[in-house]
Amino acid sequence: MTVFLRNRIASSAIPLLFVVLGVFCLARLAGDPVDLYLPLSATEEQRAEFSAAHGFDQSIPAQLWDYLGQVVRLDFGESLRTGQSAGEMVLTAFPATLQLAAVTMVIAVLAAILVGSVAAYRPNSAVDRFSSLLAMTAASIPDFWFAIVGVLIFGVSLEWLPTSGVIGGPEIWVLPIATLLIRPFGVLVQVVRGSMVAALSAPYVKVARSKGASERRVVFGHALRNATTPVLTVAGDLTIGLVNGAVVVETIFGWPGIGKLMIDSILQRDFAVLQAAVLLTAVTIFALNIVVDVAHALIDARVRQPVQA
Amino acid sequence: MPASTETETRAEERPADDPALEVRGLCVDLHTAAGTVRAVDHVGFTVRRGRTLALLGESGCGKSMTAQAIVGLLDPVAEVTGGSVTVAGTDVLRLSPGKRRKLAGPVLSIVFQDALTALNPVQPVGRQLAEPFRIHRGLSRRAAREKAIELMASVGIPEPRQRARSYPHQFSGGMRQRLLIAMAVALEPDVLLADEPTTALDVTVQAQIMRLLRDLQTEHRLAVVLITHDLAVVAQRADDVAVMYAGNVVETGPVREVFAAPRHPYTRGLLDSVPEHARRGERLPAVPGSPPELSAIPAGCVFQARCPLARERCVTERPVLAPVGAGRSAACHFSEELAHA
Amino acid sequence: MTTTADPATGSAPPEGAAAPPGARPPRWWRLLGRDWAAAVAATVLGAVLLVALLGPLLIGDRAVRQNLDASLRPPSLDHGFFGLLGTDVLGRSVLARLVEGAGTTLSVAVPAVLCSLVVGSALGMWAGFHGGIRESLAMRLADAILSFPSLLIAVVVLYVFAPSVGNLVAILAVARIPVYLRTARAESTELRSRLFVDAARTFGTASWPIIYRHILPIALPTLLTVATLDFCFVMLTESSLSFLGIGIQPPEVSWGLMVAQGRQYLQTAWWIAVLPGVAIMLVTVSATVLAAWVRLATDPAQRWRLTLPRKRRGTRPVTPEVTA
Repeated sequence: MTVFLRNRIASSAIPLLFVVLGVFCLARLAGDPVDLYLPLSATEEQRAEFSAAHGFDQSIPAQLWDYLGQVVRLDFGESLRTGQSAGEMVLTAFPATLQLAAVTMVIAVLAAILVGSVAAYRPNSAVDRFSSLLAMTAASIPDFWFAIVGVLIFGVSLEWLPTSGVIGGPEIWVLPIATLLIRPFGVLVQVVRGSMVAALSAPYVKVARSKGASERRVVFGHALRNATTPVLTVAGDLTIGLVNGAVVVETIFGWPGIGKLMIDSILQRDFAVLQAAVLLTAVTIFALNIVVDVAHALIDARVRQPVQA
Repeated sequence: MPASTETETRAEERPADDPALEVRGLCVDLHTAAGTVRAVDHVGFTVRRGRTLALLGESGCGKSMTAQAIVGLLDPVAEVTGGSVTVAGTDVLRLSPGKRRKLAGPVLSIVFQDALTALNPVQPVGRQLAEPFRIHRGLSRRAAREKAIELMASVGIPEPRQRARSYPHQFSGGMRQRLLIAMAVALEPDVLLADEPTTALDVTVQAQIMRLLRDLQTEHRLAVVLITHDLAVVAQRADDVAVMYAGNVVETGPVREVFAAPRHPYTRGLLDSVPEHARRGERLPAVPGSPPELSAIPAGCVFQARCPLARERCVTERPVLAPVGAGRSAACHFSEELAHA
Repeated sequence: MTTTADPATGSAPPEGAAAPPGARPPRWWRLLGRDWAAAVAATVLGAVLLVALLGPLLIGDRAVRQNLDASLRPPSLDHGFFGLLGTDVLGRSVLARLVEGAGTTLSVAVPAVLCSLVVGSALGMWAGFHGGIRESLAMRLADAILSFPSLLIAVVVLYVFAPSVGNLVAILAVARIPVYLRTARAESTELRSRLFVDAARTFGTASWPIIYRHILPIALPTLLTVATLDFCFVMLTESSLSFLGIGIQPPEVSWGLMVAQGRQYLQTAWWIAVLPGVAIMLVTVSATVLAAWVRLATDPAQRWRLTLPRKRRGTRPVTPEVTA
């Protein structure tokens, strides 16, 4: 298991390195990085001063070395807007997004397993066709549109739910989570259904039935665990994709998370904060990938143990 | 353990020569894109306790489907459309799914062909072997586990206690097949169906598995239905044989008699094509042509297109399985000719 | 749900239907006619494509022509064809803008999907065919791109470079290459050990001709299914970016942008924001439904499901009802 974990960490670290280097290259590709960090109205003097202070006048390898040092220390400079440390701003915004994402994924996975299994139990039945259509629709609705229509109906017309903000009871969670939920739910239902159909027609399910196992035992004891592997992979990818949704949802609902921070930094050209946010997201995704791999290994012995002769 | 005591009393009540499994007129239809075709057509046979019946035929002749229909595990495209399967005195086809589940394991059991896919890849084998005891005897997890370990030992798995924690992919093909057999005989069923249990294995391992099956059969007085395409296996292992062709049983009877003097041209053709029977320097005889598509089975005799004896009558009239001697039947209009040939 | 082939849906426009090349030509449209959901989806996609191609000729400059007298008119029949779906705050016809937006949206999504399909498939088949270091290199690259949210890649790149249709297409194409790369590699790895590939190799055929002649035809149906599904994803990403203000920029018109522009009038003029969203949804849902159908129709092991009589479709997977 330790060997397995070490290998996985090593191979997951490569994409992380790609991202870290990618951000560095992008900032230099665009021309003078000073353009990115300073407002357009900055004077020549300010630019020269900034350039010297942050080492942009040095050679590229030296800059890269400095940059890597910054990344390791989580020191990304100061925000142009507030003067706060960019790393601190990002870390403050981070938990809000994490909570949102975690709650969403838990609901999405549980609901999808339920709906997908029911659909897979009788392939091509009316229930299956209806839930498949529902899932496809859910996976294809533009989330930003779903959010504003939700606000229009439940916030403005019916006045059941608040339209934005994080102050208030549990009802403030409903619309943001519902918006984030639809796509992962829709995709996962299709994955669960597909792998459950495959698992339920596998020989070992026949064997389980030949042992007189009840349908509940067959579905949950035998088929579901085998069907979990692809579901887990896709759920991991969807969690990464949740960042996409978080940007949209947090912007619409004014949720003070990392997605809103990123969009704000873009619109106000605050590169230091954007860079910090992107890199922290990359680290989180790196950690997530490892968690998914470990979960894989726990579920399926073939992943963690080599085949014996 | 109500289920098993019930079974035992039932077994004691029945006279010794009462068949453990009796199949009559079993029909299975396949619903395909091209329409509905009949894959198993009025198949019937009986097996007594302690005896072995071989269901012999080429691949695609419906022998596996017959077995799956008996245990109620057909794929959704297939449907049982007629007949009866009597096990322990009841027609299982008329039972509710719940009642049928109660029989699956303690009374009726099946061993599948490919042991790698037939074992659940994400569960330790010990747990899979313990499952019959958990389901039917309501044993505790620990007690069932002990039973599973005993079972593993009884089918010749070395170090069963340690190996119970292993996963199917960590066993060799022969060991996997042993595990599968152990699982099928766990509750000492009356009837065991073995669907090509050795096809996927090496020849030496095949012999070991067949020996294991025979030992278990003697020990528990199992009625075994052995599904195979291997004439040698039939000759060595079976008491009776039912030869299937294109969904029909074309000949049945004691193996020795049937193989000594086949009364159906298909059986005859099969036996002639065994290399041992051929003479040196002569061309190895084979049954010419190939079995008909299920969608194009002729109205008359199913074998007419490949039969050396075929005449006008075979085109119009399908021969029924009729007695041709003590305990023997054949479905051929001209079985008498074969007897004297 | 009808089982008889409806003449209207049975003759769905072929451009939206992505004919499965593996199926025999006379049969795929008949299968399509049997599945009403897929037939409707194909019709919708065909219609949108037609509108995007021909629509601009009909609407002239109505998508950008301002008329402050006609500001915020609700959908009605009173103001002619172009007033049918109402007007926005500047009095521009929502219908005309939807038609214009269809063109913009497709002009981003279609090239992006085609680029990633071609590049990703070629790379994937090449990597899978050769294996070894080339394969691991390609796969690590795919992992790197995929392990990062596509919207974030777009956000960062569009921050550094200016948002334009060209840049959008490039980013979306790069972001989606891994999807095809992985699929194509999987197919190609599986196929390279098959006998017919070995046979071709024994005759000294070079690798690209083998890939083109033996691997591509088998992998193509799967890749096309992925592409249909991905079209949906690319379109959603483009509209999200446009909605966030870093995609298509005014005065150009895109559906995502229209939703953003209509957002502040949501309470007084719902149609400005709601209708473009409906348009996006119609197209994306259609693409998804069609992709699901193509996957079924091109999979020989699954195709029977489409041909079964309706009565049999609802049966349980195993242990069918016994009619003794």
